[in-house]
Amino acid sequence: MGAKKVIEVPYVVELPVGPQHPALHEPLLLKAYAEGEEIVKVEINTGYNHRGIEKLAERNNFYRNIFICGRVCGICNTVHANCYTRALEYLLGVEPNNRAKYLRVVAMEFERIHSHMLINAIMAEILGFDSLFMNMMLDRERIMKAKEILTGNRVIGDYMMVGGVRRDVDEVKRDKLIKLLKQLRPRVEYYKKLFIEDETILKRLVDTGLLSRVNATKYSFVGPVARGSNVRIDVRASDKYDAYGDIPWNVITYKEGDSWARMMVRWDETLEAIDMCIYALEHLPSDGNPVPDERRLPRKFPEGESYARVEAQRGELTYYVMSTGGVNPYRVKIRTPSFLNVIHSAILYPGYSIADLPVIFVSLDPCIACMERVAVVDVDEGRRRLVRLKDLAKGVY
Amino acid sequence: MVVKYLFLILYDIVDRRLFSIDRCIFMVEQSKPMRPPLSGTAKIIRYTPWLVHFNTGACNGCDIEVLAALTPLYDPERFGIKLAPSIRHGDILVVTGAVTKKAGERLKRLYEQMPNPKFVIAVGACAIDGGVFHNAYNVLAGVDKVIPVDMYIPGCPARPEAILDGIVKLLKKLEEL
Repeated sequence: MGAKKVIEVPYVVELPVGPQHPALHEPLLLKAYAEGEEIVKVEINTGYNHRGIEKLAERNNFYRNIFICGRVCGICNTVHANCYTRALEYLLGVEPNNRAKYLRVVAMEFERIHSHMLINAIMAEILGFDSLFMNMMLDRERIMKAKEILTGNRVIGDYMMVGGVRRDVDEVKRDKLIKLLKQLRPRVEYYKKLFIEDETILKRLVDTGLLSRVNATKYSFVGPVARGSNVRIDVRASDKYDAYGDIPWNVITYKEGDSWARMMVRWDETLEAIDMCIYALEHLPSDGNPVPDERRLPRKFPEGESYARVEAQRGELTYYVMSTGGVNPYRVKIRTPSFLNVIHSAILYPGYSIADLPVIFVSLDPCIACMERVAVVDVDEGRRRLVRLKDLAKGVY
Repeated sequence: MVVKYLFLILYDIVDRRLFSIDRCIFMVEQSKPMRPPLSGTAKIIRYTPWLVHFNTGACNGCDIEVLAALTPLYDPERFGIKLAPSIRHGDILVVTGAVTKKAGERLKRLYEQMPNPKFVIAVGACAIDGGVFHNAYNVLAGVDKVIPVDMYIPGCPARPEAILDGIVKLLKKLEEL
């Protein structure tokens, strides 16, 4: 009760951003403490999106979990499903054929294109550049159309299955996809040019949310955030999973380390992804049917554990699957890129003004649905006290 | 400087005790808010229904489709549909995703803060009954467990056309009042 009096001391203004906020679109509470205009501390309060997927995965069988893992995050559903499916393939010793590998890469790169275009569009909206947002979303519909042609659905495709993919593409669809990608490329180039030249965008983004190379590695930032700070980290290059070893492409890095560099990494990656998709579709190998026969797959899995990782749009995503034999996995552990990027983002805000907070936050490409891997606080009395003491100890440091 | 940080620490303690854990327990016990009585004046919103979007634990799939439904290809402004910045300006609450325990409490508060007349649209399979997450320990299943719902739009995720169609159907229903 004595603590209540301390609140009245007007040193710092507390400013809650979220969980329902026009800038976020996702439930997350950023509690900013501001002194005048300057942010002194940001607290990140999560848990609004925690659904308990890892526990749910233990109760369902291996094959059903592909659909549950795809629904961890809607924007990166194909990479989630791909990572889990490859973990299962390592367990079973199954290898998909080359055509399936190429099609997987195309599906994942389509997703990267639409995700990067979406976050750049949202950045434009946050900056108050609404017409740019609308234009980008209009051009993004092309890639959504392409994804629908390839996977059968606009967002959640459920394209991956153990030993291959769910649908094949024929010549007509392939030509249509290449045509859509070739239409999209000049538009992306135009938007990239806009982000380089437009004064409004530069004034808001350059030197905002500076992340040094040291801090990027120290706090384990991953994905475009780390690559924007000149850390050359990309699982596609280091693991060469699926067909990434066969298709020519480059890892994009920028030296600046500010919000602008992160957005530019995304634009360059979008262009790379378009080129990769065109190359993969033009050089699609035809070594058999990429769609395996579902009835031939084993129901029970052998004992063992496996670990797979992919480069999602936001960074490195890993799945650990443990099997003790039988139809259900014993444990599925998911580590998502947004978990690292968002939890550690508290170091980026202090020193900038309140208006920069949404800009810095969006430049990290936060994906709250991915992030909620944290265990919730137990409600029984004894455990509650324990957590509070831990919080207290954290504050005293 | 020292005083400031002391304040921050103390504030943390008070804040957590008051808001985070106890609320979660009460939320499940409390009954869901009543639907306000519909009068003929409710039909005035049919020219400019302003949407408020809230994600209660969705996978983002429905969110980006709601966002896509507000962009030029689908052109929602021909129906006067627009995204409102604050819940206090909103007429229609668009809810996506399975309702988690923590977000459910917020959802109820948002509903109570909305001015009358107010309508709720549940978008996607998860918002209707929990979808693939209906057995998870932290999920309360559908939106109608927490607040009254006027329109359900199925799909995983619902297509932008379907979302617009649902909103327009709700507006048609209002005309008959």
